[in-house]
Amino acid sequence: MAVLQFREALRQAIDEEMNNDEDVFIMGEEVAEYNGAYKVTEGLLDTYGFKRVIDTPISELGFAGIGVGAAMNGLRPIIEFMTFNFAVLALDQIINHASKARYMLGGQVSIPIVFRGPNASAGQLGATHSVAYDAMYAMFPGLKVIYPSEPGDAKGLLKSAIRDDDPVIFMESEQMYGLKGEVSDEKDFTIPIGKAKIKREGDDVTIVATGKMYHIAKQAAEQLAKDGIEAEIIDPRTIKPFDTEAVVKSVKKTNRCVVVDESHPFGGLASEVAFLIQREAFDYLDAPVQRVTLPDVNAPFSKPLFDLWLPDAKNIIEAVNSVTYR
Amino acid sequence: MAKKKQEAIFTPIGNNGDDNGRIDKAVDLPEATNKSHKKLGLSDDQVTEMYEQMFLQRRFEERAMQMYQKGKFGGFLHLYIGQEAISTGTAFALKNDDDIITAYRDHGWGLVRGVTPKAGMAELFGKADGCSKGKGGSMHFANVKEHFWGGYGIVGGHIPLGGGLAFANKYKDNGRVTACFMGDGAVDQGALHETLNMSQLWKLPAIYVVENNGYSMGTAARRHTVGEIYERAHGYGMKNAVFNGMDVFTVYENMKKISEEVRKDNMPYFVEIRTYRYRGHSMSDPQKYRTKGELEEYQQTDPIERLKTYIIDKKVATKKELEEIEEQVEEAVLEAVEFADNAPFPKDEALYEDMFAGEPYFHH
Repeated sequence: MAVLQFREALRQAIDEEMNNDEDVFIMGEEVAEYNGAYKVTEGLLDTYGFKRVIDTPISELGFAGIGVGAAMNGLRPIIEFMTFNFAVLALDQIINHASKARYMLGGQVSIPIVFRGPNASAGQLGATHSVAYDAMYAMFPGLKVIYPSEPGDAKGLLKSAIRDDDPVIFMESEQMYGLKGEVSDEKDFTIPIGKAKIKREGDDVTIVATGKMYHIAKQAAEQLAKDGIEAEIIDPRTIKPFDTEAVVKSVKKTNRCVVVDESHPFGGLASEVAFLIQREAFDYLDAPVQRVTLPDVNAPFSKPLFDLWLPDAKNIIEAVNSVTYR
Repeated sequence: MAKKKQEAIFTPIGNNGDDNGRIDKAVDLPEATNKSHKKLGLSDDQVTEMYEQMFLQRRFEERAMQMYQKGKFGGFLHLYIGQEAISTGTAFALKNDDDIITAYRDHGWGLVRGVTPKAGMAELFGKADGCSKGKGGSMHFANVKEHFWGGYGIVGGHIPLGGGLAFANKYKDNGRVTACFMGDGAVDQGALHETLNMSQLWKLPAIYVVENNGYSMGTAARRHTVGEIYERAHGYGMKNAVFNGMDVFTVYENMKKISEEVRKDNMPYFVEIRTYRYRGHSMSDPQKYRTKGELEEYQQTDPIERLKTYIIDKKVATKKELEEIEEQVEEAVLEAVEFADNAPFPKDEALYEDMFAGEPYFHH
């Protein structure tokens, strides 16, 4: 096991896959000469040259679509968005074209493309730079959505995403790029898309959390343990396909569940997971499923308001107290 | 005395439905080429093939319209009638492995790139034997094997895809040129401008072609866009051209020259081909935005009649020979209608097919 930063794990995945397959290339704002806005692509230009590491203008709609067309015509693009908050400009290409062209042409084209970049808030960046889009993409048939929380998962899943023959949305976080974690040294190490991981075992309550929220859940679990509550943390890692089985199995053991979701409350991941649990494990529940989400309010700038807005360990502990009737 | 306040006006006003006898043409047609087919390097056989193809596109759509009106199928039906010289002239000018992509007025493009009348008509009817297995319908004809990448339904949305096809061709250095067609309405979309900028900057072997048929749905070109369309290219330092789309030889001559130039120097082109849409935007369009006089004036320049006259005048073929071709086409189209009518609909299982190239996954 090597200990790597999240960004280094991502870079290794991209590097290895570019080395494996000439058709893989990376394109996005500042990925080449600047070495990446968050240094994920640092050094790749030196290794692979200007043909395969391509700086784009600030034209998300345009370069996302060029990526989709290139994928249709035999390449395997990795499209980096500086943040998924900017990918909103490219939604016509991701939703109307990447996810639909194969179906509407009766299977005549395939679109092996990865759209990747940071998701959700990264501190006090104001309302337009702070939204979590994972569940929104997961709503659309044909898109896979990955949002890992640790470097090892990130590397294994990004390699799988690049090898996937269909479009994949791969989400990261500005605040996790420097996070260190163990990454397998195993040659050609990959993690299958759609598999959750039990990150902490416990019998009293199941907490479902991924991405940045996993780390908040971990803090909450550590504090709860001091009070004698052992939480089991399931990190879905992949939003879609969602590993319902892993969550349901855990809930059948703990009989209680809190879902932590970095997005707003309406129609998000938390709602979907709560629905799945009531359908699959209704008789096992000792309390209604609770969720911890952002409020139905835009991201504020001011520090005290921002702290109030973003879910924290305290919110999770309160939710756990509610499902354990403490 | 206070000045009388004028009401603010934004969009230039259309014809307001009053036909005062004045013909306000939506597009001005540049002169057609005066070169003979021999001078253009086209054989007699190629010219009659062009005629056959244009006549096929016309009859296919006229029959499709009848079937639509009879209630044989639903959805949208955007007709290409009047614009056949563009698809035909282009397909003859390009190499067979050059890539073509277009918007939703795509039947002619499918037919000229190997979608058989049967597969095309079956697609309109939503049948399993359709060129896109009945999953796409009128707007999504495609024949990727013959490098026709499809019709797309979001105005301007396929323009970056065209850029991407060209990007991959340059990446693979395979010498293929991409021709990306769009209507004049797409000129107003940001996707075009982002793609033009990157194409020029990245030297993509692509030709972006506006089929200016005078109307963005029901809005005349002069009411939806400023200046001359082809002049937009100046802003990107891109090579450009404007020419007559009602004459198949003119389209052939220009597209041949342009495609060879793009193939040679990898620099993109922005092209405006002026044409005219005889029918409404789609089947539900009452066409109140134009006068009968205008339509009739353009119909006098009909590309199929024009070629027919040329063929007979220059003795490329006899009137009788052309009539034989017409009969064969008519028969093929009627057969296609019968085929489509009797062909099976997709099986229920097909609902879940063609979503994924890899392992399928459906959330339940």
